[in-house]
Amino acid sequence: MTLAADPQDKFSEYAHPERLVSTDWLAANLDAEGLVVVESDEDVLLYETGHIPGAVKIDWHTELNDEVTRDYIDGEAFARLMAAKGISRDSTVVIYGDKSNWWAAYTLWVFTLFGHEDVRLLDGGRDKWVAEGRPMTTDKPEVTPSDYPVVERNDAPVRAFLGDVLEHLGKPLIDVRSGDEYTGARTTMPAYPEEGALRGGHIPTAVSVPWARAAASDGTFRTRAELDAIYRDEAGLQEGDDVVAYCRIGERSSHTWFVLTHLLGFGNVRNYDGSWTEWGNAVRVPIVRGSEPGEVPAASARAAR
Amino acid sequence: MTGGAIPAKLAEIIDDFQDLTEPDRLQLLLDFSRELPDLPERYGDHPELLEQVVECQSPLFLTMEIGDEPERPVHLFFSAPPEAPTTRGFAGVLLEGLDGLPAEELLAVPDDVPDRLGLTRAITPLRMRGMAAMLGRIKRKIREAQ
Repeated sequence: MTLAADPQDKFSEYAHPERLVSTDWLAANLDAEGLVVVESDEDVLLYETGHIPGAVKIDWHTELNDEVTRDYIDGEAFARLMAAKGISRDSTVVIYGDKSNWWAAYTLWVFTLFGHEDVRLLDGGRDKWVAEGRPMTTDKPEVTPSDYPVVERNDAPVRAFLGDVLEHLGKPLIDVRSGDEYTGARTTMPAYPEEGALRGGHIPTAVSVPWARAAASDGTFRTRAELDAIYRDEAGLQEGDDVVAYCRIGERSSHTWFVLTHLLGFGNVRNYDGSWTEWGNAVRVPIVRGSEPGEVPAASARAAR
Repeated sequence: MTGGAIPAKLAEIIDDFQDLTEPDRLQLLLDFSRELPDLPERYGDHPELLEQVVECQSPLFLTMEIGDEPERPVHLFFSAPPEAPTTRGFAGVLLEGLDGLPAEELLAVPDDVPDRLGLTRAITPLRMRGMAAMLGRIKRKIREAQ
């Protein structure tokens, strides 16, 4: 029982227009049956300062990650989480968040691991909704717990592990971190805490396309033509390519994964969520420093396995 | 150097957090965030007088005024945007718990104070690091001023 797509002209240019909704569409559909609105932010308290009426919160850090193993929650935990948020398997889920939907895209990607079918992003995210003076509330939403089936995670189609990336070398890789992280000048984002990578640089052959280039100044996604210019003309991606995107812990690259998969229609894009905090600490994996992508070092790739 | 006593006001705040359930602790942190005062005009009009604490996830600006010997009372000033309530909350706790204390007492505050608020599980260790960084920066600036 999913809702009809937002028929906006801008969206119809994208490969999968049904993956985005506009603030107008959301305002008009807020009370629609079968819709659950989810806020996912970087800041764990931002939702509590005010959110879209009826929206529930999902915290990427405390609710989507396993507390012990560096991994996502399993099928049972996801089913419990969904039930607690009032989400059913056939719900239309619209996710929005701060910072151009950076964390919202991460949450959407985790929903994808569990094959939740109808999950969309609010174009422009929280900032656009607020900038347009639309209603916000601190009232806790009334959630009717739902039944959500236990669905085991299916990682393979959209998630890459270290070994997958070693085997992938030679095919397109997109590094979505800042320029200084790519060259190895620094190992964390400017103005962010040190998360501990022993080596700086990038995975050999990875092309640098910082994630935020996909967003316009108002936080909405750039148009199809603009995105094609960035990812196809400039980064050299071609139809049918098998692509892996990575960043530091897999959050920024979820945003790029969304752009490549749903807006540009690449059918085989994986997010390497181990990203630099794994690669930059792993023993004997090849690394390139500086602004050039570098070459595939066949011998060292084999040695690391 | 970090095994000193926790100043009374800060100890009280820690007790307040410890007495609450986890969701209520977050609510209390949100209250601190809301109550963080605006900068006085002399700083509000001169952002260049503030220093950014880069270890925090969201931009936090900090400066301090250190009074005369022998007490050398330290006054703290913080600024963080409303979109960063967690960072504002940390700043609010430090402001209420430490503002006006003699430099010596402030330097003796244990470095693990942020861990004692009981927020680490709800907020994650990564996010708590931002608060430890703020305390570290305050101490470093006091030492530099000596």
